[in-house]
Amino acid sequence: MTDSESKLCSIVDKYNAEQGSLISILQDIQAEYQFLPQEALEYVTSRLNIPGVQVYGAATFFKAFSLKPKGKRQIHVCMGTACHVRGSQRVLEELERELGIKAGDTTPDREYTLETVNCVGACALGPVVVENEEYYGQMAPIKVQGLINNK
Amino acid sequence: MSEKRGQMVRFMLNGAEVQADPNWNLLEAVRFYGIDIPTLCYNEGLTPFGSCRLCVVEIGNGDRTKLVTSCMHPVEEGLEVRTHSKRVIKTRKMILELLVARCPSSKTLQDMASRLELQEVRFKPLDDDCILCGLCVRMCEEQMVAKAIGFAGRGVDRYITTPFDMNSEECRKCGACMHICPACELRCQGPQAETVLCSGCLNTEPVCANTYDDAMCFMVPCLSCVKGPDDLK
Amino acid sequence: MKLTSIEELEDLRQQIKSGIDPNKPCIAVCGGPGCLAKHCTQIREAFEKEIVDKGLIDKVEIRTTGCHGFCEAGPIALIFPDEIFYQTLTVQDISEIVDTTIINGEVVDRLLYKDDLTGQSIINVNDIPFYKKQMQLILGNNSRIDPHSLDDYLANGGYSALTKMLGNMAPLEVLDEIKRSGLRGRGGGGFSTGRKWESTRNAKGDLKYVICNADEGDPGAFMDRSILEGNPHSVLEGMIIAAYAIGSNEGYVYVRNEYPLALKNIIIAIEQAKQYGILGPNILNSDFTFDVKVNRGGGAFICGESTALMASLEGKRGEPRAKYVHTSDKGLWDRPSNLNNVETLANVPLIINNGADWYSGIGTESSKGTKVFSLVGKIKNTGLVEVPMGRTLREIIYDIGGGIPNGKSFKAVQTGGPSGGCLPESMIDLPVDYDRLTEAGSMMGSGGMIVMDEDTCMVDLAKYFINFLEEESCGKCVPCREGLFQLGELLTDITEGRGRMEDLSLIEDLSEVLRDATLCGLGKTAPNPVMSTLKYFRDEYEAHIRDGRCPAGVCEALITYRIDPEKCNGCGLCLNKCPSDAISGDKKQPHVLYTEKCIKCDMCYEVCRFDAIGKE
Repeated sequence: MTDSESKLCSIVDKYNAEQGSLISILQDIQAEYQFLPQEALEYVTSRLNIPGVQVYGAATFFKAFSLKPKGKRQIHVCMGTACHVRGSQRVLEELERELGIKAGDTTPDREYTLETVNCVGACALGPVVVENEEYYGQMAPIKVQGLINNK
Repeated sequence: MSEKRGQMVRFMLNGAEVQADPNWNLLEAVRFYGIDIPTLCYNEGLTPFGSCRLCVVEIGNGDRTKLVTSCMHPVEEGLEVRTHSKRVIKTRKMILELLVARCPSSKTLQDMASRLELQEVRFKPLDDDCILCGLCVRMCEEQMVAKAIGFAGRGVDRYITTPFDMNSEECRKCGACMHICPACELRCQGPQAETVLCSGCLNTEPVCANTYDDAMCFMVPCLSCVKGPDDLK
Repeated sequence: MKLTSIEELEDLRQQIKSGIDPNKPCIAVCGGPGCLAKHCTQIREAFEKEIVDKGLIDKVEIRTTGCHGFCEAGPIALIFPDEIFYQTLTVQDISEIVDTTIINGEVVDRLLYKDDLTGQSIINVNDIPFYKKQMQLILGNNSRIDPHSLDDYLANGGYSALTKMLGNMAPLEVLDEIKRSGLRGRGGGGFSTGRKWESTRNAKGDLKYVICNADEGDPGAFMDRSILEGNPHSVLEGMIIAAYAIGSNEGYVYVRNEYPLALKNIIIAIEQAKQYGILGPNILNSDFTFDVKVNRGGGAFICGESTALMASLEGKRGEPRAKYVHTSDKGLWDRPSNLNNVETLANVPLIINNGADWYSGIGTESSKGTKVFSLVGKIKNTGLVEVPMGRTLREIIYDIGGGIPNGKSFKAVQTGGPSGGCLPESMIDLPVDYDRLTEAGSMMGSGGMIVMDEDTCMVDLAKYFINFLEEESCGKCVPCREGLFQLGELLTDITEGRGRMEDLSLIEDLSEVLRDATLCGLGKTAPNPVMSTLKYFRDEYEAHIRDGRCPAGVCEALITYRIDPEKCNGCGLCLNKCPSDAISGDKKQPHVLYTEKCIKCDMCYEVCRFDAIGKE
């Protein structure tokens, strides 16, 4: 078995290949590879003994999953209501301008992925931008360049 | 399947007391009594889905009325059902208006809309083929037992496909999905397909029937609703 | 460590309690989401270092707790036994706290909370206005216990409802108590919890499920997160009691994907409970068995809906189904299933401990007990607020919340998340309970309370909610999928100056159909934000349409940026920052803004220190 195959195998084994654990299995795969490779999904289909359309359907339904690889830096803009009311839309627009991509996309060089997320629970800091579990509070369009340059 | 054998269920249908088999859903009961309710995502041979919402009827009385999809709601002793209340008609028209906006060139939808006397589509037109009724998915799963196609995506981006949008081994190319699709076969060629329903197809006899023994509409769009017979040379 | 009887648990509790020195200082560092975002882990580490360096290891306790609720004041540390409240801490403050308070028993004045009006320092947390008017039955223990410690939970009375129940109460008695208490679902539906338990109990079938809905999806709401992170055993205890009353032996906790800490803490809590014999086969040697598994969500708001959640638990797309057959009859895997919200379950042990009479004495006629709200937006004291049902919006927003910051005026408060509505100033004295909010055109929902000021555009807000719901719609039924999309288009047209007066009646007609004909609650309640803003703020819609004007100065297409030549002193900051070269001017000369090039990014407005940029 290849390295990759044994990794997939252990993920599925962890949940006893139970149909009901499909979402959790997909999450572990997403965490491992930063996306859901086709081969991985086909493997899950056969191990769990469920139709391919069920796996593909679930993989394309939930926002946590991506069929394309994500960028190294994943920037999440909180679009919760509190942040919205404090101006998160403008922050998002500035990020889109600076990175040259729309929310949900990854830059061609796979450096950045820009995404929106619904409420991270840090409303006192709104507008909030999260990058790899680092929280940036009281964001404003003017601070965007600083965030991007900050490695 | 049924735990209630023999005992018929009595309920009120548009003011009249009727009886129905306890295993029926409201749609079956209502149609049994000859009342026509439009449907799109319903097919007798497949599990009801309840997604198009066209078959809604109003149940209850006084303050406590609500709309339910007759294809999914079971018959119930003592239920009060109204199939053509103002609220129901308004709802059906709005749903068709939304659907025509999504698939303006679908003849099936246009015909249905015309029958409900919908004349104008006030929404932004899109240019889709699929109305996502799911009949093809259920056909493939339940009748053809292949499960080759299914729903993917979510919300307005929802669509029907094979895994990874690729050729599928499960698909036996039986064509059952195309056969059952209500929207993809008949396409309106009218000049104003997007926002105005001319009802031309519905109200005029196909002109080709004068020349030929059979209406040619179902095989090739004959455009009789747009052009006159002189153009059909 | 397995406890094999009720007596053993109670003995252990006494043992733990008597081992606690009431005079030993304990530093409780708030680890709630807001404080985490403000680096409270560094605060905790700093405290640890100080304690070690000053040789105080056995003399002081430190614990990281769940959310204390006062997010605006974070990072927070509460010093027991005197309950001294220190706020907005930085790493540099820590050694002073240890020297002054822990060692010398005095307060560090500059770190204390200052009264808004008098400027006076307040030492004890219970005297702070934000906390004074609250009734923290659910959140109270958050500031006391380490969520990873079952012993802490026991020391604070945890699992006493369980022992009382197993010792003295039959399942029907438990059911009756919950029914009589008047507890209603805290997730949004507000359905009678007791009746729901009863339906599931009475349903046919031997295998029944108890499911905890921790898929808190309302943007701006983090109550469930804080309860699950800060006091996971309280939720677990509620589940065990529910299972006992219903006759269930299997349970699930469905945690939202975006809450990794909540997930971690509930998993730890379940492990601990199993070790102690509080969960699993023959709990405390009784003949009651209950086991709980944890599942994660995949990032879908709709999975907060009961049938969608259950579909997701079955490994399917989270699509709801019609509820003509209730989930209490046929739910997960077509078996009777009882789904309760996190906060609902956290109320259950309180009711069993103190009785239905006590509980129903709190709140209003129709709504009993307390509710936790997340008070956020344009508000001074952002955070979690817990009050008895029936407190008015005014009391919550002004007395507890401190009112609107920056001298702005209150415009509206949105309750119930995307399913709720906006209430204007005229409704500020509305008592908050399930029925009153629904009558007013909004709803309780999960408890989100977003406050808005004069700078919020209500049309833009309606568009925001519709866009949110459009993205989260599963797309199965036509009115929701197509209707929300078209509503979004109509609202976008209005915010971009293309609206027509006829659009308003089309919006109203479409909203009615959504209410009537959609498959699930998402669609049914989706029109609420639009309808309530139309009801109370119609003039704003009309201003957008008739005058092409956004009164709040938000809708980009309808505002024009202008430089006031009288205030501009030509410093050139805006010119430097403008991404589209829309500003020009010489140094020290008033600058000019070219509207045609302006992309409305707001940068010039932000950097200008002379108030010279106008938006209209």
